[in-house]
Amino acid sequence: MSTAPHVEKIFAQRALVSDEFPLTDTTVRIAPILIRTKSLNLFYGEKQALFDINIGFPKNTVTALIGPSGCGKSTLLRCLNRMNDLIDGVRVEGKVLLGDQDLYAPGVDVIGLRKHMGMVFQKSNPFPKSIFENVAYGLRIQGIRDRLVIQEAVERSLQGAGLWDEVKDRLSESGLGLSGGQQQRLCIARALAIQPEVVLMDEPCSALDPIATAKIEELIFELKEKFTIIIVTHNMQQAARVSDFTGFFWLGKMIERDLTERIFTNPKQQLTEDYITGRFG
Amino acid sequence: MNRQHLDAELRLIKDGLLAMAGMAEEMIKLTMKSYAERSDQLAESVLTMDKSLDDMEIKLDHACIDLLALQSPMASDLRFVTSVIKILPEIERIGDHCVNIARRASILNHMQPILPAGLLEGLASETSSMMRSSVEAFVASDADLAREVIIDDDKVDEIYNHCYRELLRQMMSDPLCIERASHLIIVIKNWERIADMATNIAEEVLFIIEGKSAKHQHLYKKPTS
Repeated sequence: MSTAPHVEKIFAQRALVSDEFPLTDTTVRIAPILIRTKSLNLFYGEKQALFDINIGFPKNTVTALIGPSGCGKSTLLRCLNRMNDLIDGVRVEGKVLLGDQDLYAPGVDVIGLRKHMGMVFQKSNPFPKSIFENVAYGLRIQGIRDRLVIQEAVERSLQGAGLWDEVKDRLSESGLGLSGGQQQRLCIARALAIQPEVVLMDEPCSALDPIATAKIEELIFELKEKFTIIIVTHNMQQAARVSDFTGFFWLGKMIERDLTERIFTNPKQQLTEDYITGRFG
Repeated sequence: MNRQHLDAELRLIKDGLLAMAGMAEEMIKLTMKSYAERSDQLAESVLTMDKSLDDMEIKLDHACIDLLALQSPMASDLRFVTSVIKILPEIERIGDHCVNIARRASILNHMQPILPAGLLEGLASETSSMMRSSVEAFVASDADLAREVIIDDDKVDEIYNHCYRELLRQMMSDPLCIERASHLIIVIKNWERIADMATNIAEEVLFIIEGKSAKHQHLYKKPTS
């Protein structure tokens, strides 16, 4: 049987995770795992918020985390760059491995670690500084002083975030003067400037209109060429559109994780089916 | 969370599809009867029913597209709607094939039969039974029954081939049969196509139930060592 080469490529990719080779944390064949959790449990005081999470995020792919509010998806995201450390009474058990390095091992340089992880939040939060300085900020706090290096990084990051053409003539203007969608892309540029390996996105489009959302979604497609993206979203259509893998969370447990097309057409777990068809509870 | 509106629309589509399938089954019955009773009138009624079938297809097709656009169905709901979109033209084509057969009835009814008694009826009855089973499998979400329909297609093919060889034999032995046999070849081909369409419906039913394509299985058979 002969098919067009580009079609063969798509089929080949899908065949890698077929029924014959079910997707598990140890058998992801699409790309090597960049970051993974092992038996991850998280407690807010006495209350357990994450239960035995084992999930791998393959390099240069997009993984969407979906589930109802309070299911633990944002908590998991914050575990990956140890932002939960900032909350009193949080206790984490288990491992988060970036390559071979356990991010929760004693003596880990948390600030250094966060250089590997860019993060974009639900609400765009540019600093009250110029567009240029917003993007340069991460580099400056890393101690980089070379003007040329900073200029190059700012341009590259704004290009990467799809914002350069819109702001190149007004880099000295305040970042707060941009539209909501532009501000969010500025925050993405700021996250990219430190050249992270992983970009964490916590509902990055929930405050944006459909046009700004579409721009960010297109951007996510482009960014996965260079970065590994993990996105928390309440918008299931968005998860379906942008991600390669989807994990469904419920009451702190990961119920199912699979190729996105499988989760949205033929999930294996009834809970997942009930949630994505909107018949939950 | 509940999706009462979505559920109501899915139910409407399911009911509509069943009404359409019911009408196609009725057309099959009338077509068979038009031959059994040599009735031009019954054949004519098949032609009239086909217009309603076409109308139902268009309306249900629109309803499915609207539901996809407005409700964004997922998982089993998505499989249901996409499969219904594929089943609709199958049923509509079954109607067309009935029309093709019925049109020949008004010609053949005025000629002497040439096929051995029971052969054409057997082909029609086996096909009709496949159609009924595929609809039952859809209604009851019965994967086993859907699989039986797919297997039964071979039986219909066998009867079709038998009829075809018989007609060929008769044409060769008696050129006066050629006109009748030519009409009958078209008739048996149309019955055989209806069986193929019942098979396609059964394959879609399996996809709705199991989420896996049941089509063209020969492509995926592992070579036996």
